Amino acid sequence: MSPANFVLQRATALIMAPLVIAHLILIIAAVQGGLTGEEILARTRGSLGWGVFYGLFVLAAAVHAGIGLQTILREWTNLAKQPVTIASHGFMVLLIVLGGRAVYAVIA
Amino acid sequence: MTQQGADRPAPPSPAMLDVEIWRGGQEGHYEDFRVPRDENQTVLDVVTYVQRHLAPALAYRFACRVGMCGSCAMTVNGRPRWTCRTHVARVIEGGRMRIAPLRNLPVIRDLVTDMSTFFDKWQAARGRFVGTEGADAGVGHEPARVRPASPERREADAAIECINCAVCYAACDVVSWREDYLGPAALNRAWAAWNDVRDDDRTGVLRAVAVAGGCLNCHTHQSCTEHCPVALSPTHSIAGLKRASMQAWLRGELKS
Repeated sequence: MSPANFVLQRATALIMAPLVIAHLILIIAAVQGGLTGEEILARTRGSLGWGVFYGLFVLAAAVHAGIGLQTILREWTNLAKQPVTIASHGFMVLLIVLGGRAVYAVIA
Repeated sequence: MTQQGADRPAPPSPAMLDVEIWRGGQEGHYEDFRVPRDENQTVLDVVTYVQRHLAPALAYRFACRVGMCGSCAMTVNGRPRWTCRTHVARVIEGGRMRIAPLRNLPVIRDLVTDMSTFFDKWQAARGRFVGTEGADAGVGHEPARVRPASPERREADAAIECINCAVCYAACDVVSWREDYLGPAALNRAWAAWNDVRDDDRTGVLRAVAVAGGCLNCHTHQSCTEHCPVALSPTHSIAGLKRASMQAWLRGELKS
């Protein structure tokens, strides 16, 4: 693993840890409070704060998972370097697209 | 322990021990032997008995017999161990013992592995000392003063007693997954070298280990520390190298 990937993976883990905790508290509070989907969307739509919160979450998760997948493929398969890079980067882009779409749906 | 407990006679051992020993090269089979059981018998004693009395062509390595040279390591009942200091009584399972060559190293014959890669990786991890070079090296210079209690000296002390037995290398799953992984022993040595304040190229150690297959690939499974016969902690050393490498990279010092 390169130092850049090592630092990126740990930095994204650091970013995700508080975001995951905040997200869990948020959904438990929302469900316990009896908010409906419409009521939740009314609060998130047009909110720059929630956009940044979940946008950062998606980016950190995508980078973290991409590097992790690269390590797993390199160690557990006989794939050459190039296919491993393509697969892990492709997975990273896929997560960004899917996650970005989800964030857009609750913000826009 | 009570006096009564101390006087209690040791349980009688069966007269014979059933042993399976790997025969052949990378491809081969286990061969069964029956060896007389003795009190205080080590695994190396068993292998030596087999070679001297039952199978003269059996290939194995040993030298010092006192746990210093690191040449007699083998896989005993599935775990890598130094055989000269491993008593049969501690490892025997159901009256049987299975002895194989070390994992993660090519088998030359029977219990002998080719350790070239293991030692090449020591070199690749830059575990050797690099002194001040030049025509006047050492001339007119005051000897370096290294306080025994300094943090660097303590770290080097903790890592320096490795006997190169390759038990940690055989125990490491990352070595089994990646053939370019330097392994716990080489990285432990690199940590000792990096903590030598007399070394003239300490950043060179980090350049050697912060690469693909280097310290950053360690998963911290701690198998090396669990199995090390001289109770070193390569995991601790590798963690130190990770920290130092990351800091050096952030400072831009790893560019060659």
